[in-house]
Amino acid sequence: MRYSAFSVFLNALRGNKGWAPAWRSPVPKNHYDVVIIGGGGHGLATAYYLAKEFGVTNVAVLEKGYIGSGNVGRNTTIIRSNYLLLGNNPFYELSMKLWEGLEQDFNFNAMVSQRGVLNLYHSDAQRDAYTRRGNAMRLHGVDADLLDRHAVRQMLPFLDFDNARFPIQGALMQKRGGTVRHDAVAWGYARGADMRGVDIIQNCEVTGIRRENGRVTGVETSQGFIGCGKLALAAAGNSTVVADMVDLKLPIESHVLQAFVSEGLKPFIDNVVTFGAGHFYVSQSDKGGLVFGGDIDGYNSYAQRGNLATVEHVAEAGVAMIPALSRVRVLRSWGGVMDMSMDGSPIIDRTHIDNLYLNAGWCYGGFKATPASGFCYAHLIARNEPHETGRAFRLDRFARGRMIDEKGVGSQPNLH
Amino acid sequence: MASLIACPHCGPRPKEEFTVRGDAGITRPAPDAGEDAWHAYVYLRDNPRGRHKEHWHHTSGCRRWLVVERDTMTHTIHAVSDASAEGATA
Ligand SMILES: Cc1cc2nc3c(=O)[nH]c(=O)nc-3n(C[C@H](O)[C@H](O)[C@H](O)COP(=O)(O)OP(=O)(O)OC[C@H]3O[C@@H](n4cnc5c(N)ncnc54)[C@H](O)[C@@H]3O)c2cc1C
Ligand SMILES: [Zn+2]
Repeated sequence: MRYSAFSVFLNALRGNKGWAPAWRSPVPKNHYDVVIIGGGGHGLATAYYLAKEFGVTNVAVLEKGYIGSGNVGRNTTIIRSNYLLLGNNPFYELSMKLWEGLEQDFNFNAMVSQRGVLNLYHSDAQRDAYTRRGNAMRLHGVDADLLDRHAVRQMLPFLDFDNARFPIQGALMQKRGGTVRHDAVAWGYARGADMRGVDIIQNCEVTGIRRENGRVTGVETSQGFIGCGKLALAAAGNSTVVADMVDLKLPIESHVLQAFVSEGLKPFIDNVVTFGAGHFYVSQSDKGGLVFGGDIDGYNSYAQRGNLATVEHVAEAGVAMIPALSRVRVLRSWGGVMDMSMDGSPIIDRTHIDNLYLNAGWCYGGFKATPASGFCYAHLIARNEPHETGRAFRLDRFARGRMIDEKGVGSQPNLH
Repeated sequence: MASLIACPHCGPRPKEEFTVRGDAGITRPAPDAGEDAWHAYVYLRDNPRGRHKEHWHHTSGCRRWLVVERDTMTHTIHAVSDASAEGATA
């Protein structure tokens, strides 16, 4: 069924009894042309573009939990393409362009909201670094505006401009950045893929990968063996666990990142704002809750929960930026497991096995990448050749000295 | 993550006193060990879901490097020893 204002109206008249489930719950077939491990944003987007753009429809997405139970439903929903480095910048801009047309494309309301992302700067040196990044963005055709203190004060008067240690001097703003309702992204891609024949199989954990003569023949799952022509990993935080099944050692550590939502408040923060003197980012949801987060906890974890010390750290950074936050009550907090890579950038590549593909290393910035990641990965799987825009995200870049280290902190995953 | 780490020198201390470095299974190769060995040392990591041995530094305590065996799924700490006792040289 095509969703439209008319279909909403019609169903309202009929007591909303006409809605069908947005995707089927099929019994897995014995064999698929492509099996994707992981029904997160990236796995679902990959299936969607495989079917829609590359005509590959005999596809299954295997998800060990339910759709949206991973990071795609746990992130703070920020999208932006304000990157400095070559490999990153065009890729995230492709993603931004796909976000801009996504709702029409997959006929689902993902609440894409280009409310603007502001990165605050607090010193001359930081202003210079942001100027450089803004210029790099503009050279690639991405919008960037350097705002001075006065301009930021007009927009966000409640910030602590005269903080004794970290006075706010201004901000680098990307107006096209913003937020997207994260679980609607999972649902929209799932529905669009299902509609085109993709089987989305939930509660199906991959426990082993079967190989014969150097090729993958299928996967052992909690619902039995499923054969495949090509196997595509998209397990995000669990990438290592899956890659271990084929003795592929990755430049990745799994870390926990927490996020928080406050009680509902009247409209307060119109944009996404990030603190430049610590790690803190905040936006306000349509329900009024402030959605915010900060640093990862810092130790390897698959637990989807973090420590109070990090909660305190995040709250301190938040209050240093917006003193009024000290009176806001937090309603909920949660954690997600992130595949932190050695240079902070992702991997979309072939592997040592011919028909096995890898999509991993998304760190805490992989939500904004979802459309471009799915598109480039689908291209790679369908054509066995990287998409032009995702070419830099090779697995062998570490061995070849071609790291894409946006932060410049080196091969220490918990610092990215 | 467990709240306490039992330092063999200082006793059980809050985990905030410690700094984690990561995978204790890697050892620095010889300078002429070749590119593969150096690539593995600098970039590849064991990252198990379950028991894992890591280097932790007791930064706000005795300042010794420790090897902590921890479960990355439950956050339980199983064993802590001084890194030199493990013969680690990283
Ligand atoms: C708290 C938090 C805040 C974040 N904030 C942002 C943000 O503001 N902006 C941004 O761009 N990014 C953000 N991120 C990062 C982003 O959410 C992730 O990088 C991205 O969602 C990862 O891709 P995914 O959606 O495919 O992952 P997931 O949704 O985690 O999908 C992976 C799926 O694989 C499944 N799986 C794993 N192993 C198996 C198996 N053996 N068999 C079957 N299925 C398996 C998992 O159950 C999971 O559903 C944040 C992350 C967190 C945790
Ligand atoms: Zn000690």
